[in-house]
Amino acid sequence: MRRTTPFVLLAVGGLLAGCLGQNQAEQGQPTRNADAKDVTLTIVANAVAGGKNTRGADWLTNWVIPRFTEAQKAKGVNVTVRFDQNGAGDEDYKTKIALDLKTGGGADIVEIDGIWLGEFAQAGQIKPLDDVIGKSGVDAWDGWKQIPDAVQGLGQFDGKRYGVPMGTDGRVLFYNKKLFAQAGLPSDWQPRGWDDVLAAGTALKRIPGVAPIQLNAGTAMGEATTMQGVLPALVGTGKPIYDGGKWQGGTAQVKDVLGLYQRVYGGGLGDAVLQQEAKGRDRSFAMFADNKIGILLESDYFWRSVVEPRIGVAKMADRDTAVGWALVPAKQSGSGVSGQDFVSMSGGGVRVVNPNTQYPKQAWEFMQFLNSAEAVKAALAGTAQVTQRNDVNDEVLKGDPMLSFIADEVLPITRYRPGLADYPKVSAALQQATADVVAGKSPDDAAKAYQDALVKAVGEGNVAGG
Amino acid sequence: MRAADSDVAGLGATRAIAFVAPALLLIGVFLVFPALWTLYIGITNYQLTGPAAAQPRVVGLDNFVSALNDALFLNSVGLTALFVFGSAVIGQNVLGFVLAWLLRRVRPSLRRTVEAFVLLAWILPGPVVAYLWFAVLSRDGGTFGLLLNDPATAWLVEYPMVSLIVFNIWRGTAFSMLLYTSALAAVPPTQLETARLVGASGWQTVRDVVFPHIRGHVLTNTLLISLWTANDFTPFLLTAGGPNHRSEVLPVLIYRQALESGQLGYASAMSLLLLVGNLVIALVYLRLLRRRA
Amino acid sequence: MTPGFVVRRIGFYVLVAVVLAFFAVPMLWLASAPFDARPGLGLRWPDWTWSNVTATFQHPFALTSLLNSLVLCGIATVVTTAFAALAAYSLSRVRIPGRDLLLYLLLLLSSVVTGTAAMVPIFVLMLQLGLINSQFGTALVIASGMLPAAIFILKDFVDAVPRSYEESARVFGASPAQVLGHVVLPIARPGIATILVWSFVNAWGNFLLPFLLLRDVGKQPAAVLLRTLNDEGGSANLTVIPVFSLLYSIPVVALYLLVSKRYGFRFHGGIKS
Repeated sequence: MRRTTPFVLLAVGGLLAGCLGQNQAEQGQPTRNADAKDVTLTIVANAVAGGKNTRGADWLTNWVIPRFTEAQKAKGVNVTVRFDQNGAGDEDYKTKIALDLKTGGGADIVEIDGIWLGEFAQAGQIKPLDDVIGKSGVDAWDGWKQIPDAVQGLGQFDGKRYGVPMGTDGRVLFYNKKLFAQAGLPSDWQPRGWDDVLAAGTALKRIPGVAPIQLNAGTAMGEATTMQGVLPALVGTGKPIYDGGKWQGGTAQVKDVLGLYQRVYGGGLGDAVLQQEAKGRDRSFAMFADNKIGILLESDYFWRSVVEPRIGVAKMADRDTAVGWALVPAKQSGSGVSGQDFVSMSGGGVRVVNPNTQYPKQAWEFMQFLNSAEAVKAALAGTAQVTQRNDVNDEVLKGDPMLSFIADEVLPITRYRPGLADYPKVSAALQQATADVVAGKSPDDAAKAYQDALVKAVGEGNVAGG
Repeated sequence: MRAADSDVAGLGATRAIAFVAPALLLIGVFLVFPALWTLYIGITNYQLTGPAAAQPRVVGLDNFVSALNDALFLNSVGLTALFVFGSAVIGQNVLGFVLAWLLRRVRPSLRRTVEAFVLLAWILPGPVVAYLWFAVLSRDGGTFGLLLNDPATAWLVEYPMVSLIVFNIWRGTAFSMLLYTSALAAVPPTQLETARLVGASGWQTVRDVVFPHIRGHVLTNTLLISLWTANDFTPFLLTAGGPNHRSEVLPVLIYRQALESGQLGYASAMSLLLLVGNLVIALVYLRLLRRRA
Repeated sequence: MTPGFVVRRIGFYVLVAVVLAFFAVPMLWLASAPFDARPGLGLRWPDWTWSNVTATFQHPFALTSLLNSLVLCGIATVVTTAFAALAAYSLSRVRIPGRDLLLYLLLLLSSVVTGTAAMVPIFVLMLQLGLINSQFGTALVIASGMLPAAIFILKDFVDAVPRSYEESARVFGASPAQVLGHVVLPIARPGIATILVWSFVNAWGNFLLPFLLLRDVGKQPAAVLLRTLNDEGGSANLTVIPVFSLLYSIPVVALYLLVSKRYGFRFHGGIKS
């Protein structure tokens, strides 16, 4: 050991100095290898056959890759496309992508959650498309005009395009019509304010064994608490979480939202224990399917993949007749952001071109292929979902009233999260604040603790109010 | 190397080094090196993404200072200590010894059955074990709730640390049982016989005859299971640290800081503090061992 | 038989029964959920069906991932056991200054590396060594995380082998290799068997390292696959998970049964010379 110690120390010293936080790979001109005849491209996604997002994985393997290879062959280029499948939790996947990008490697096309865009961009791990591909090449794509501006925003940071969005979603209140009938509530329910929702909850409470309202709370649900709980409520108070260059601290609006949580969970209108269980969200889905939850705030994912009668994880055979949906109301009529009566939040995935790619031109061609109307339609495999393309949406959403509702009624009023590196910390602090309220803290105390946590996490200068 | 004076096996210095070299080489490259590097990251503000990922700065002891002032960290230290003490030092140790002691003289078939289940709990993979315990402790159909005729209690939410401690006793007792079984085999039977003849109770026999013989084993066992428990990540699968941080032991907190928040600098600093905690356990153990000798 | 004796006997068996139930009851889920038409997170009498089993066998990666686990954990186990046995023997028989201190330090450092904070160093290191996407490389990382504890435990075993055995063997002219093979190994065999099972079990459950270091889903082990059995929203797919859990447990149990039958599965401390 005496002999190895100095060696190890030397090696540590040398490598420590060199490796931390550096992008070693040379990122060259957009024109590099533009004329290559043998090209290898890799795409990475959090999708795996037989597991997470299996449909996307099957689509890439069986539809996209053979057809793209064939199309390129017709042009005299030999393309080999590899698909790195993953099926992990979002945080695990993000870690893997970040490690890849920071070490100068990674797939040529990378699928990420739109909310990570800013963090990766601020770390220099991804670059604007104009820099990677060249402005003329990017602008030349005719697909842009099919993508609504709001959806394009998912792929932008600081006003620059970083990637092409993969579709979007919207959040609504789902409700169980059978329970509503039992409680004497209308089957075409549309609340106009939080009080209406709570009143319906009070009516539902009379049915034994039913948790009237599921408004995600606590840290165990992670981002589901923020996206399907705090943020939709917050935009209903008139202010988004990031406003005028500052995060909202313990402001009056945040206190209002925490007050809503207290009225739900302090007033016995929701199942407080459920919010604290490690698998609480899974259980809430199962409970809704078993007619044990009256009202639940979720994205259209709930309709497509959870209570879907054939492939859903909590199947409801009578979904089409038993599940209703309504817009999320602002606190009162007109109190939402931009004076809206109803509000929503949206997210979605984005595909970016890795700045480390050896074949920027070909990667961009592949990107265009992935986002062609034909490919986007094939990706749906006969199901309906809000895609990034208007032309495809017009065609596929016709048959599904719920998703047409999302496209026609929800997307015009929705908001997106700010894709900044600090967002996850803010989100975590918000989750903690709701956990505090569920555990019995008063909204004022929880808001104060939230303010302190936020100042500590992002710095005093970046926090408003409190 | 002053090897020859005690080299009964005739290994010789060269061969002795050759035997140790492969293990040390692997450990050096894949363990010591990344570990030291991690400790270095602990004095930077390094993050996985965002601005600090592009330009990490050395921030000296800031991470350690903020950890020691962080209510969540202190909460985790307390919970980890409770977890180690309750489930390893007391739980696994005592139950492992009791099992080894009780099973000495029962029918071999019964002994093998009990041992098989205890060992099965130890060797089943972690994610599977997590599902098993959900089935035991969950509401509406959890086995424990059914047994107590109290199906509405969510044990993992209402009694998270007690649940985790019971779980970890279930999970890890096998090691202690094995170790004590072999240790007990080395206690001279004549001494046990003498104790029986003078009418010593079971407890007196254990304290005065058995314990002096197995003292070293008790210490080795306690050290290993304490270290393993202190670094155990399985609680995350059961409670994810919740509800409201009430079961957030240190490895879970570090995982959440590193993966969910991407705060690698801070997480590394906490890893170092966990290491210091482990060091304290080991030093106490070494002292006790030396006193034995 | 005095009444006191009878009471104590009854108490004894009740105690054994309670302990047995404590260890056995949680395993019931593994017997019921895989064959239940609507498996849940609770325990219940199943609506018997084979469809979950069929679904699992049709899963594109379920069986390959188990094979990968065997390869990955096989390498890690062999490396750990062989290297630890050699090192433990040498450290036990040759007095190296600071030996115990060194062992403790390594034991402590292993806890840092097996934690999540070390993932960046390990990832960058493996990248520089060209070992990303290599099952062998990943197995080496896993093995080195386990080596300190393995050496630590095995050294205890070897310490317990009386040195006089080796001295007599040498008197009769045995070479060091023969001493090791014919004297030390047979006595230390239960210990080596224990380490074999211990390291296999530990490697078998490792998720984060293979996930980060292996790119190709066709190479990833069962521990990673078990985590991927979620839908896009992160909800667990309970059709496949229970059956897969059962399959996933079988190799570990089989290895234990094999090893304990052939070599005995015992700690062998105590007979210090």
